[in-house]
Order: sequence, then structure tokens, then C-alpha cells
Amino acid sequence: MKNAEKKRVLREMLFARRFEERCYEAYVERNIGGFLHLYPGEEACAFGVLEAAQPGHDYVITSYRDHVHAIKSGSDPRRVMAELFAKETGVSKGRGGSMHIFDVANRFMGGYALVGGPFPLAAGIAKGIQMQGGDEICICFLGDAANNQGTFHESLNMAALWNLPVLYVCENNLYGIGTRIDRSTAVIDQYKRVSGYNIPSAQEDGQDFDLVYKAASKAVKHVRSGKGPYFLELMTYRYRGHSMSDSNAYRAKKEERMWSGRDPLIILRDRLIEAGELTKEEFKDMDTEILDEIEDEVIRFATDSPEPPVSEVEQFVLAENDPWVRGGVK
Amino acid sequence: MAEIMYWEAIRRAHDEEMANDPMVIAMGEDIGVVGGTYKATTGLYDKYGEDRVIDTPISENGYTGLGIGASFLGVRPIIEIMSVNFAWLAMDQIFNTAAKVRYMSGGQLEAPVVIRSPGGTAHQLGSQHSARMEKVFMGIAGLRVVTPSNPRQAYGLLKSAVRCNDPVFINEHELMYNMKGAVPDAEYFHPLEGSEVARQGRDVTLFGYNISVHWCLQAAEQLSKDHGIEAEVIDLYTLSPLDREGIRNSVSKTHRAVIVEEAEPAVGVGAEVMAIINEECFFELDAAPLRVSALNIPIPYNHALEKAALPNAGDVVEAVRKMFGV
Repeated sequence: MKNAEKKRVLREMLFARRFEERCYEAYVERNIGGFLHLYPGEEACAFGVLEAAQPGHDYVITSYRDHVHAIKSGSDPRRVMAELFAKETGVSKGRGGSMHIFDVANRFMGGYALVGGPFPLAAGIAKGIQMQGGDEICICFLGDAANNQGTFHESLNMAALWNLPVLYVCENNLYGIGTRIDRSTAVIDQYKRVSGYNIPSAQEDGQDFDLVYKAASKAVKHVRSGKGPYFLELMTYRYRGHSMSDSNAYRAKKEERMWSGRDPLIILRDRLIEAGELTKEEFKDMDTEILDEIEDEVIRFATDSPEPPVSEVEQFVLAENDPWVRGGVK
Repeated sequence: MAEIMYWEAIRRAHDEEMANDPMVIAMGEDIGVVGGTYKATTGLYDKYGEDRVIDTPISENGYTGLGIGASFLGVRPIIEIMSVNFAWLAMDQIFNTAAKVRYMSGGQLEAPVVIRSPGGTAHQLGSQHSARMEKVFMGIAGLRVVTPSNPRQAYGLLKSAVRCNDPVFINEHELMYNMKGAVPDAEYFHPLEGSEVARQGRDVTLFGYNISVHWCLQAAEQLSKDHGIEAEVIDLYTLSPLDREGIRNSVSKTHRAVIVEEAEPAVGVGAEVMAIINEECFFELDAAPLRVSALNIPIPYNHALEKAALPNAGDVVEAVRKMFGV
């Protein structure tokens, strides 16, 4: 990837960071309700993988920490924020919320709130791709703690058995809510756990965009070429608690400082500065521009949008006027 | 109109729908090479191949979720869960994904999967193979629940369920796969919503579904013979949404109701139908409705205990006699 391209990625990653930080504020301001799970610290994972894939063409599915994956898949950030603000203009029409961002037009197949739930759904999407005969792949992003669900093993087994075009990306941020991985999981290296299913796998530094991009390029190529599933583990860290209701008291300050010293944005920024592609001033201007954009466009759009009409509360439960309900009678 | 068995009717529906649409697939444990524990997919593996008639690993939540994910892309899976007892393991994907995805995506995604499973209690299969789970499924918004009482319904309901864009759970019965009945020779789609009058009557309505329709019909004959009581039997082949109009019409005619369910009474079909009667036609009633249900216990292995746990036609007769004081 050329440096000019990386500069574009850096801007997108910075936008994602500022977007999530603004979500935090909006939550405190009570414009966002429910549970809110934020992504700062982990940006190189979604960006490195999706830069190596074809968002909008490939299918993406993930957990409840889903805003950034949707935006990188092509969702309009204004409509993602409107969803968080519970507005009719939101990607899921205000019915989903933070944990259920859906944007099927961009093949973002949703955020799901049951830990490990998307594993089999991703295999199923891959089965659909296989039946249609296209060259798309399905990319499933989940955290390390999801790997202790039965769906992890069941889905890896079926994906390997039926040679399904699915790339499982494990964003290993070392914690399942407040429980550190070594206290919940017998095998710490997640990429080793898939060897029991004959699935090729790799572990990579999830803070370095270049490394993620390189590892993901190899993974995507493998899956797209019809060789079946692949598992990519990315070592990363979330700066905030699991969700807004998490006091985040269980992590040592020393550990947090170590990881903030490995910030994915700073690593990429400094590399581009060193290469002469970017100056510190440019980066600062970029940041100001993004903050303005988020305030003037994203937040304004979400604020000004209408809420869904209460009269439509029963819409979307079942298909409307499905003739087969009446035995095929129109 | 040919007389065929319940399993043959299900097999015919599979075959026709798979021939009609290459995106229709069948999945489940032992449904391919073996042809299904109850033969419902016999011969389809050879006809449509292993990519469309899929022998799954014993991973109920996993393969059900896989079917649901495939349905997002237009695949129309017919998922067989070998015994409804195993469906507990797939509840996460059925309830949390299939039933809710249309709503929580604001109408962008739908999960047109069919999940078929034999419910009911067979003979001496013990506590963990004798669950009746229809009450669990019918309490979930976003999921349709139907339950065929004869081969015609088994055929026509599956045909409609495959084409419907909602997830549909079909509650079959282990003891009914070898039941014979007339099925139209021409292609037939049974409505997914409604109820049928299985026997006309004027004195009392017996509500049944699936196997209990047959207990109701037997009881009705005996009541007619012994007491001159003419019972109407309503076949509630749709458990979700229940047919409020059909319930109201029959009770408004007979003014008495007995609901017969194979399951335990708590939070069940009987309770729900009674609530609908209260809401729809309370002042039409000449007597308090009764329900005939199983005992609220895990199903025992011993034959005599098992028999004591479950309702039968005699219990239905007793309930009606009690209601009429005869």
C-alpha cells in the first residue's frame, strides 16, 4: 500500500476514534441510551482487515462493538450516529441501537449482542455465497472471550468440513468484560485453538496497521481463492471499559499505559511523518477538520432527525402481507 | 387423492420445494445418507446431492445458526431437529437471531428458515426425549408456529412454510409419522394462519392440536354415543398466532370449551386459548372452560407412570361429563 493511501486510512481511523469519543460524550449527555461498547484502541484491526478485503462486496458481521466496522463497511456515519440517538433515520431505523447496527445495502450484516452468536451466522452467510457461486467472502469479527462459546467450536468444525469462504478475525483485547484471558481460557494463544479443526491461522500485532494489513491480505487471499476458512488473531486493547457501565477498575494502570504507548493511530502517524508523507501540523489540521465534521454533520444530523413514530411499534415483527400465510392466496 | 403417511407427505413437500427452487436446502442430523430418523428426507440425498441435503454434525445451535445465516442471502433452509428436546440447544439462534433479526435491523434482514421437529411424547423414551415444547415456541414474537395433525396439513404447511419469508417452527409428533391420510394429488399450500373444524358440533367445543385433535375426535364420538352430547372439534394447526376468530366463532356457537393439550398446563396452549375466550367471547359462555393437560412432572420411563402423566381421550370425555354434570 502506498503512503498516500495510508494517509487516507489514517484519516479514517482518526475519524473512527473521534466518532467513538463523541459517542461517549453523547452517552453522558443522555442522547444515547442502553449499552454502549466503544472501539478506541482497536482501530487497526477493523481497518487493516477491511482495507485488505472489499467492504461493500464482502460480507461483514460482528458483535455489539460494531459502529466502526459498519462505517468502514460503507455506512454513512450520520446514520450510524442517528441509530445511536434512536432516530428513524438510523441505519436500523432506531429499532436496533448501538449493539444492532445493520446496513445490508453495504453488506454489513449486523451487530449481535449474544457473545459468540455470529460464528454460525457467518458460516451460514459463507454457505449462501458458496451456493450463489460468487467470489465474496464473509468476514466475522469477534473478541477473544467469544471463543469460549460452543458456537466457536461448532462453527469452525462446519466451516472446515464444508470448505466455507469465511474469515474469522479474533480481536483479542485480553478481557471478557472484566475477566482477563488467563483467568477464563486455558489456551491463551487463540490462533492455536483452531488447529483442532484443520483451519490455517495466524497471530499478529493488532496495533500496527501495516502488519494487520499484510496478515489480512494473506488471509483474504486464502479464503477468496476457495481454500476454505482462515482464522486471524489480532492482539489489541480497548482503552475504555467493556461498556459504559463498566468501571474499568480491574486493569492495572501500568498495563493501560503500556498499551496507550502502542496506540494504532500514533504508530501509523509517526510512520507517515518519518516517511515524509505527513507533518504534525497536517495531522493536527486533519483532527480539527474531523472534529468539526462530526459536530456539524454527524451530531447535527442525529440531533435533528425525527424519532420513529410510536404508531409503527409493531412494524417489522413479521413479513407484511406474505401470501403464503394464506396458502398462496394473494 | 392418495392416502399416504405423514412422513411421506413431509418428504413429498421437501422434494417438490427442492425441485422448484435451487436455493431450498435440507439440513439436520442423519437426514442425508440415512434419510432421516423418521424417513422424512428419504432419497433426497441421492437426488439433490450433499450440498443441498446436508448431514450436519451434532451441533444444534451451530447448524441452526448456519441455516439462519444462509437464509440472509436468500437460501431457504429446511432444518430438521431430530427431537424437539434437542431444540433447547438451538434456542439461542432461533430466539435471539431468527425471531428478532427483522425487527432489530429495521426490516433490512429476514430469516426465512423452516425448523421442523418431532415434539410430543412417544413410548418410554424417558424424561429427556419426551418434551413438549410448543408452548415455548409460541411465546416468541417474530416466529410462526404450526403443528400438523394429519398428512395433508404436514404436506401443505411445510410447502407454505418454505415459501413464507418468516421463520416457521413446525411441531410434528413422533407417534404420527406413520399415520395415513388423504393428501391432494395436485400441489397444495396450507395456510400458515387459521384453524379447521375437524368435527361439527353444537354442545361443546373441544380444542386440540397435533395429536390431541385425535383424542378430541375419539372423545366426541363417545360423548355422542353415550350422552348425546355433540362436540365440535377445532384443530388449532396454528399455535402462533392463534386463530382468535376461529376460537370466538366456535365458542359463540357451543357456549362451552375444553382445551386439550399434550403438554403440562402451566403457560400453555390451554391457558392461552382460555385467555382468548375471555377476551373475545366471555359472555357467550354457559360454563367455565376446562383444560385437559399432562401432569406437571418430567416424563417417567415406566409405562404405567408415563400413561398416568399424559392425557388421553378418556380424560377428555371425563372433563366434558364433569362440565355437563352427567
